[in-house]
Amino acid sequence: MLSEGSSFVKGIALGGTFCLLLSLLGSFAPGMQSSPEDHHHHHIKAPTKDELQSLSDSQMVELSQRVRVYCVIMVQPSVLVYWSTAKDTWGKHCDQAVFYSSESAKALEAVDLKEQDEWAKLRKALKHAYDNAGDLRWFFVARPTTFAIIENLKYLILAKDPNEPFYIGHAMKSGELEYVEYQSGIVLSYEALKRLVNVFKDEEKCPERGRALWKLSEEKQLAICLKYTGVFAENGEDTQGKGLFNSKSVGSLIQDSMDKKNVDVVEGCCSDLAITFSGMSPNQMQVMMFGVYRLRPYGHNFHDSLIFLPPEGSDND
Amino acid sequence: MKGLSGSRCCFYMGFLVGTLSLYFLRQVWFEMSMKPDVLGEGQDSSVAALSKKRQASDSNNWRMEGATLINLNHPHHIGEDSSVADELYRKVRILCWVMTGPSNLQTKARHVKATWSRHCNVVVFMSSIDDPDFPTVGLGTGEGRDQLYWKTIRAFHYALEHHGNDADWFLKADDDTFVVVDNLRWVLSNHTPEEPLYFGKRFKPYAKQGYMSGGAGYVLSKEALRRFVEGFKTKVCTHTTSVEDLALGQCLEKMGVLAMDSRDTLQRETFHPFVPEHHLTGKFSKSFWYWSYCYYPIVEGPRCCSDLAVSFHYVDAELMYTLEYWTYHLRAYGYRYRYRPPLSQGLVERQAQTERPTVGTAGRGRTPAGITVGGDGDQSKAESGAKPLSDKGGKETLGKIPIDNNRTAVTQERQG
Repeated sequence: MLSEGSSFVKGIALGGTFCLLLSLLGSFAPGMQSSPEDHHHHHIKAPTKDELQSLSDSQMVELSQRVRVYCVIMVQPSVLVYWSTAKDTWGKHCDQAVFYSSESAKALEAVDLKEQDEWAKLRKALKHAYDNAGDLRWFFVARPTTFAIIENLKYLILAKDPNEPFYIGHAMKSGELEYVEYQSGIVLSYEALKRLVNVFKDEEKCPERGRALWKLSEEKQLAICLKYTGVFAENGEDTQGKGLFNSKSVGSLIQDSMDKKNVDVVEGCCSDLAITFSGMSPNQMQVMMFGVYRLRPYGHNFHDSLIFLPPEGSDND
Repeated sequence: MKGLSGSRCCFYMGFLVGTLSLYFLRQVWFEMSMKPDVLGEGQDSSVAALSKKRQASDSNNWRMEGATLINLNHPHHIGEDSSVADELYRKVRILCWVMTGPSNLQTKARHVKATWSRHCNVVVFMSSIDDPDFPTVGLGTGEGRDQLYWKTIRAFHYALEHHGNDADWFLKADDDTFVVVDNLRWVLSNHTPEEPLYFGKRFKPYAKQGYMSGGAGYVLSKEALRRFVEGFKTKVCTHTTSVEDLALGQCLEKMGVLAMDSRDTLQRETFHPFVPEHHLTGKFSKSFWYWSYCYYPIVEGPRCCSDLAVSFHYVDAELMYTLEYWTYHLRAYGYRYRYRPPLSQGLVERQAQTERPTVGTAGRGRTPAGITVGGDGDQSKAESGAKPLSDKGGKETLGKIPIDNNRTAVTQERQG
């Protein structure tokens, strides 16, 4: 009896030590899901004033000519008003704004993709954009409720070479995969799109209909396909590290900041040079145009290194 | 035999028990150490820390004189050139008084304090009761709609008596009004406080020259304020009705104060009695009282509102911060606004004396062929012709546009 008891106790002691040893080796560390590698986001930051001033005039001219954006705006005939609002508001600031719809509809001026599946739509739209880019070298993909400030996008990518692969937006992580959130807008350089269009042909790596067993969202499919071509997601941020791509509306983000009881609600909300907001209603988009391109306090000037002119014939700017 | 296998069995069991129990113990220990502060005390300490932080930053910017807040530092942004705004801040001093009440301090007035009122030269929160912490002035009235004109009368008397020398213009706003004070200074910059004038959203009924909407905020010049106070001293003005904006308008009319046109150079309204969304996207039904009240023709759609809007009303807390974000923070990099009105002549001359003229050097030889730089409506190619600027030597070029008149801006481009 005693020997049994003592062996039991010995067993407990040995078992405990064994467990501790293993946890020390790291494999059994409970609760610690994220390893240091997890925060290995790629970040893209806008150029600082000094960086821009160090460039020569001819370099600046070259950059400003290069930074022109083709907007791929996904719309649906069921909500026609989003098409007309994007066309009447922020779309005017794209160098070229093209609308892509799942099906055709009267009064809707969009490329008819004849497709209901989200991933297939995205593929077709991107292929079409690549074929029709002309001399535009940057591509911005938006959903129906996304509002984008294209000038701030141009500022972010100003010093980046579109002949290099770039895949930028609000970078998210799912397991091992880093992808750009679709809702807050996706930015692709010409080289990235070129590689993507190429890998579309490979049914193994980048299938059109997705794997049968479980369906990945189109944003993740995109990331996987791009990853095969050596292109990785990068998080767009301002010089202070604040994200520039938002999946919520301004009001929601302000409300979040108020709920967090930030000392400075506005500072804790969003970047001054934010590029996208999403989940905006058509009315809210009209008000955004006023808030971004018109409303301002008299007498405050920024000596930016580039000038963007207002679009022709617009009354809401 | 049995004894041996028994003890061995016990050993293994012990081993298993030991491993599992240690594992779970570790799990629990880990979770406890990773868990954020237990809500109760954690929350309190963080809130306390927050308010301390807020007080610290406030004391750097504000001087309290009784219940009045005197602004020491005009809020600035990193990287911006606010020389024109600073000049206006010095030359066009505004005292903002906010009509509020004890039950609104935490729900409404607090947000006014955190946002637009920081841009006034002097701020006073007017309530029925003294509150030294907020701080508010106690006007000794009751609360409620029927007390509004009493509060207004006493508030203006207080402002003149205590701060007649600290400001040139006196703004009244509600605790759900949002005011862009810098734009108000632009509107007022063409006038002097010695003239008996008042500005706001002009309504036409019940008064010959019209009167200004209370909710959208209105501004009296120092002379106008003197006359208002004088009117009550000489009993020319009395408490006639509790409809404060109308009553005030009628008193001022009797005292020879002029109701002014506050619209911008394109005849777009600057003071607005509703929220931006309503003015920009709403359609006012033709039977709505607003149609028969507005002194100037109502414009619906984008032309309703000036770029240099001064006020909006019925603004809730979320919209207060949103408006502050749109006005003072969010911008489109490098965007050259379509509407770029000049400063008043008097201030332009003062500006020119203090700065080296750089007009005319801008743009010369800096725009090679291929870049679209025509003025508005002159864009041949893409919608956004980006033009590079060199900021070397600190020379301001097109950044000066708001000050120089439009002619110069266009000339700069033609040189390119």
